[in-house]
Amino acid sequence: MLEILSMSFMQRALVAGLLVGFLGSYFGVFIVQRKMSFLGDGLAHAAFGGIALGLLLETEPMWIAVPFTLVISLAITYIKDKTNLEMDTSIGIFFALSVALGIIFISLRKHYTTDAFTYMFGSILSVNNSDLIISSLLVIITIILSLKYWKKWAYATFDPELAKADKLNTKFDDYLLSALISIAIVISIKLVGIVLIASFLVIPAASARLLSSTYFKMTVLSVIFGLSSSLAGLFLSYYLDLPSGATIILIQAIIFFVAISLKK
Amino acid sequence: MESENTNNANENVVVFENVTVRYGTHTALEDISIKIRNGLFITIVGPNGGGKTTFLKLILGLLEPTSGIVNVFGEKPLKNLSQSIGYVPQIKTFDRSFPALPIELVATGLTGSWITILSKAQKKLALEALDQVGATNLAKKPLGKLSGGELQRIFLARSIIRKPKLLLLDEPASGIDVAGEMDFNNILEEYKKRQNATIIMITHDWESAYHHSDFVLLLNRVIICYDKPNKAFSEKWLRIAFGHLGHAHDMIFGVKNNA
Repeated sequence: MLEILSMSFMQRALVAGLLVGFLGSYFGVFIVQRKMSFLGDGLAHAAFGGIALGLLLETEPMWIAVPFTLVISLAITYIKDKTNLEMDTSIGIFFALSVALGIIFISLRKHYTTDAFTYMFGSILSVNNSDLIISSLLVIITIILSLKYWKKWAYATFDPELAKADKLNTKFDDYLLSALISIAIVISIKLVGIVLIASFLVIPAASARLLSSTYFKMTVLSVIFGLSSSLAGLFLSYYLDLPSGATIILIQAIIFFVAISLKK
Repeated sequence: MESENTNNANENVVVFENVTVRYGTHTALEDISIKIRNGLFITIVGPNGGGKTTFLKLILGLLEPTSGIVNVFGEKPLKNLSQSIGYVPQIKTFDRSFPALPIELVATGLTGSWITILSKAQKKLALEALDQVGATNLAKKPLGKLSGGELQRIFLARSIIRKPKLLLLDEPASGIDVAGEMDFNNILEEYKKRQNATIIMITHDWESAYHHSDFVLLLNRVIICYDKPNKAFSEKWLRIAFGHLGHAHDMIFGVKNNA
């Protein structure tokens, strides 16, 4: 145990795993309860478009991916807000558009590289210090905003009309939530990859939902599941020599099935 | 249109002056003028799409009129009036899978936002409100396991926890059996008397409106009639409001009144 904790790459991986585990499981309670589970996949694929643009422009892909995904997430919320279309339809449109743009951007590159595809599966063991600093900053911002906004987001999640009747600015709150979720997803992509990120947003929160009688308990339990599955998954992946992201998700899935059996 | 009891303007809780609401090309309400006096139990009756919910949304400040003026307690409803207004929405719009206990839902009526952990004071007030609607035993039953009638009592408790002077209800009786509905209306009447409150309730139940309300507002884009129940439920006004008399009229009242 102490041996792996002394390795700097593993220290970074553990911190990164905890940060991503926290962000995914915290925002997951809103995503699951608002029936927006498709959003994680949608925004992760939107980020692919941004990453591909960054590669085309030969700059740091994440600096392009963050604003690109932010704009897409706000556009998804805007379309839902201004039209009769459901959220999943809006996500589906931008999901396809972003992937299509990503493919075009990659095809425009003069030389072939596999860079874009490393983002598909991520690598939590190769995170660097700047990744950790950005993730930590987002977690700090999330915690600070949560102190003020969790109660508002939770109320609007229960019923937006009731929240509006109590004079909450649900529009602004929704845009803020979408923006934070999109940033969390982009940051998490480098660590766990586009393909797997949605599970971080859905499985811990869904497991917590099965075992919670109140929304606050669901939030706390989801974060506990998110953090513990990241830790357990990383240790297991090290000792069994398995891919870290996939192992974390296996642990999340085990927690989910245990929660189902306890629910029965 | 003004009721016979609205002589003192200071006692008017809700005032609409030439209010029109349009959604694009569709006119939901047209040139509505009405003064609702304090301490009355008003039921709003009308066909689907007749502007009933729009009427409530204007009072709640959820909508602004396209033209005209809405005043609630002498102020524009967009200002922070939520302390004075209790609101019971349609329960069919709620997500029953939301993890919540009735006691915390009732307490949201105090805070206007969701609650992490209930304080002792919040718990005490929530239990008192639940007691007023005869639902103390439901305090910790999961929301998803409540019947329609039980859930509606919880929402009523939530709306009266701050003892508002104006209570707005949007079809609270939908999904409740007859006995449950009678209990519900009795609780409302009791609350009105105790707090000298004004109650404005949308309902499709003419019998309930006939027996419990002081005034009936027949609404179908315009105000068809605002009068006492025995006058509002007349053949003339019902035919104008609904385009027909309705089977319910004969079943409930047995006679066809003429205005």
